[in-house]
Amino acid sequence: MQGTQPDIRMPPPPPGLSQVKREAERAKLSEIDRSMRVAGLLFVLSAVVWLMVGTVFALIASYKMHNPEYLAQFEWLTFGRVRSAHLNTMIFGWGNNAIFCVALWLMARLSRSQVRHGGFLVLAGILWNMGVTIGVTGILSGEMTSVEWLEMPMEVAPILALSYAMIGVWGIVTFSHRQTGHVYVSQWYILAAIFWFPWLYTVAQVMILFVPARGVVQPITNWWFAHNVLGLWLTPVSLASAYYLIPKVLGRPVYSYYLSVIGFWALALFYNWAGIHHLIGGPIPIWLQSAGTVASVMMTIPVIVVAINHHMTVIGSFGTVWQSPTLRFVVFGAMSYTAVSLIGSAMALREVNVVTHFTHFTVGHAHHGVYAFFTMIMFGSIYFILPRLIRRNWPSAGLISIHFWSCALGITGYVVALSIGGWIQGLEMNNAEIPFMTVVRNTVPWLTARTIFGILITVGHSAFFIHLVWMLLPERFRRVPSSYDSFGADPIA
Amino acid sequence: MKNLPTLFLGIFFALAFSWTGLILSSHLFLGDLKSTTATLDEQGNPVEGDPLYPLKLSGIAREGKQVYIDQGCVYCHSQQIRTKGYGADFERGWGERQTVARDYIYQERVMLGTMRTGPDLANVGTRLSSVQWHMQHLYEPQITSPGSIMPPYSYLFEVREIGSRPSPNAVSIPFDSPYAPPEGWEVVPTPRAEALVAYLLSLRVDYELPEMKFSEDD
Ligand code: HEC
Repeated sequence: MQGTQPDIRMPPPPPGLSQVKREAERAKLSEIDRSMRVAGLLFVLSAVVWLMVGTVFALIASYKMHNPEYLAQFEWLTFGRVRSAHLNTMIFGWGNNAIFCVALWLMARLSRSQVRHGGFLVLAGILWNMGVTIGVTGILSGEMTSVEWLEMPMEVAPILALSYAMIGVWGIVTFSHRQTGHVYVSQWYILAAIFWFPWLYTVAQVMILFVPARGVVQPITNWWFAHNVLGLWLTPVSLASAYYLIPKVLGRPVYSYYLSVIGFWALALFYNWAGIHHLIGGPIPIWLQSAGTVASVMMTIPVIVVAINHHMTVIGSFGTVWQSPTLRFVVFGAMSYTAVSLIGSAMALREVNVVTHFTHFTVGHAHHGVYAFFTMIMFGSIYFILPRLIRRNWPSAGLISIHFWSCALGITGYVVALSIGGWIQGLEMNNAEIPFMTVVRNTVPWLTARTIFGILITVGHSAFFIHLVWMLLPERFRRVPSSYDSFGADPIA
Repeated sequence: MKNLPTLFLGIFFALAFSWTGLILSSHLFLGDLKSTTATLDEQGNPVEGDPLYPLKLSGIAREGKQVYIDQGCVYCHSQQIRTKGYGADFERGWGERQTVARDYIYQERVMLGTMRTGPDLANVGTRLSSVQWHMQHLYEPQITSPGSIMPPYSYLFEVREIGSRPSPNAVSIPFDSPYAPPEGWEVVPTPRAEALVAYLLSLRVDYELPEMKFSEDD
């Protein structure tokens, strides 16, 4: 593959804008980028370090699933703990740090408003990462709660809540200082996400851990929370980023304003009811399960609407998409969003759920969402944002290619392997003629395949990590002169 | 979009709506379920003198549940039996009836689970009631279930030289097993392993509730 030049086709300058005005605009944007420089860099670096740590946990957990004797003498690394440490590092370490950078930067750019008192953000970021460190250590050392997506010991919750508040408020303050009349679709998504996440987190912490609700109200709250972390936190920020970057890099407006409006409200309305589909067949009232199924099916509306909107924006420019590292990741992510959401809606139907529930199919599906969609979009966003924050270009097109291909192929293989393996597992489990041990044995080849694809993904992450470190090294270590527009891109636009 | 109040109200009500509909309502609906007898008298009250279900955990089983929680058994084992005809929970012998909300009211932390890498454990205490079996299995699943992918929890056991006489609670492992301790040594469960097994044995859905009777075999 050739032509991995970053974003060579920036949008043309708005027609009719005089040279002077254009210069003023550039100066303004560059000011905004500067105001986020330290905090943004801190978030990106923390995110990528957590990504690497989480990858190591993932490999250990994955390997243990087909070789249970591996590292079995270490209680800290027993399967239940290491897979939870993996999940929590990835969501709260990698995911949230990436979101903090991407969401705040987008908000500042779109509001044409600087991030005031960035030092405060840096402090909050340090606090957040301390919280995650304590939490993950707690999981490994045996203070795990075994509540899915909330495994960190509950003492960590106040630290995370406080630092989150300090970060989230910044998004709102930045927005309230906006210099633009029109509020773009990305801003709606970010505002909503900033507001939804703490609500979900607080309710879940309180109702499950601090003052536990009675009986099955706990799992109901649990899945309302866990599914919505994906739906109302990771998803809106990813969509916000896609809505910004696709038109930005292609230099053309989003296809339809009205589709964006419908997509946003349909997501807001339906997604947050859908989580109950994780409890289909369980000891909860039937009408709750039906609500989860109906909402999951209704999710096809926002998904298809967003898919059409993005597709119509991109159509005819696939060549550019391919050449822009940012868009390659973002479009991969956007396409995965469509696929994973439609599969998810199908999985909420009772006839399908009876096969997929309780199997590795669901694990594959979760990675389809959090990785192929969310993480890929975050990669693309970081490729776009970081050069603008620190005024340096990515030194190597080759490393970006390795990153993209390893991750794209790796996650595709991962999802396919677990989907097939999980489906077979489900069918066999529902047939009581087949002894349970046979069901278990038949999953092993697929679990082994998962590890292999996981190694491929690890190669991609390592390339990304090395690239990032390289980019931050002093100029003499970088092959490419550090002028940020050495590829012809305007880093500020 | 220019109409910010609409945006903010929409954002707020979207989540408030689902929170009310899913969580608050189920809290109101299920939050004060009480233990009861298998059948009710004419007035719909528990029958006087009959045992009340579900039971609360005994002290040692509670400690065992803590081990279950901090080891993360829930990531491979569910504790919920689905209705007969939906999946094969009943046919596999995982339980004689579907579990319902009332079964979980005394669980300070509900371990419903969403994975069945291993079998459902809601009723494991009736199915597998031998302490020795569980001890062997936890120490090294390959002893009881060759080919299992369940991790060994050997660190919950102590391998030590036999003293003046063998410990009464030593795990019996066949001599020819590759997992047997060297001669003159024995495998003894730590208090955590003892508690965990007590918890596993306490997992029983061997009672009926007014709203859920045992399913019929056919
Ligand atoms: C990596 C997944 C995994 C983890 C973690 C796990 N198990 Fe298992 N478990 C299995 C599998 C697979 C089987 C079926 C094969 C066997 O009997 O070992 C099983 C079987 C069992 C059985 C026998 C059930 C039956 O009906 O035959 C019990 C009891 C059990 N596990 C308890 C536990 C406990 C307690 C823990 C936590 C300390 C735990 N398991 C952790 C995978 C797991």
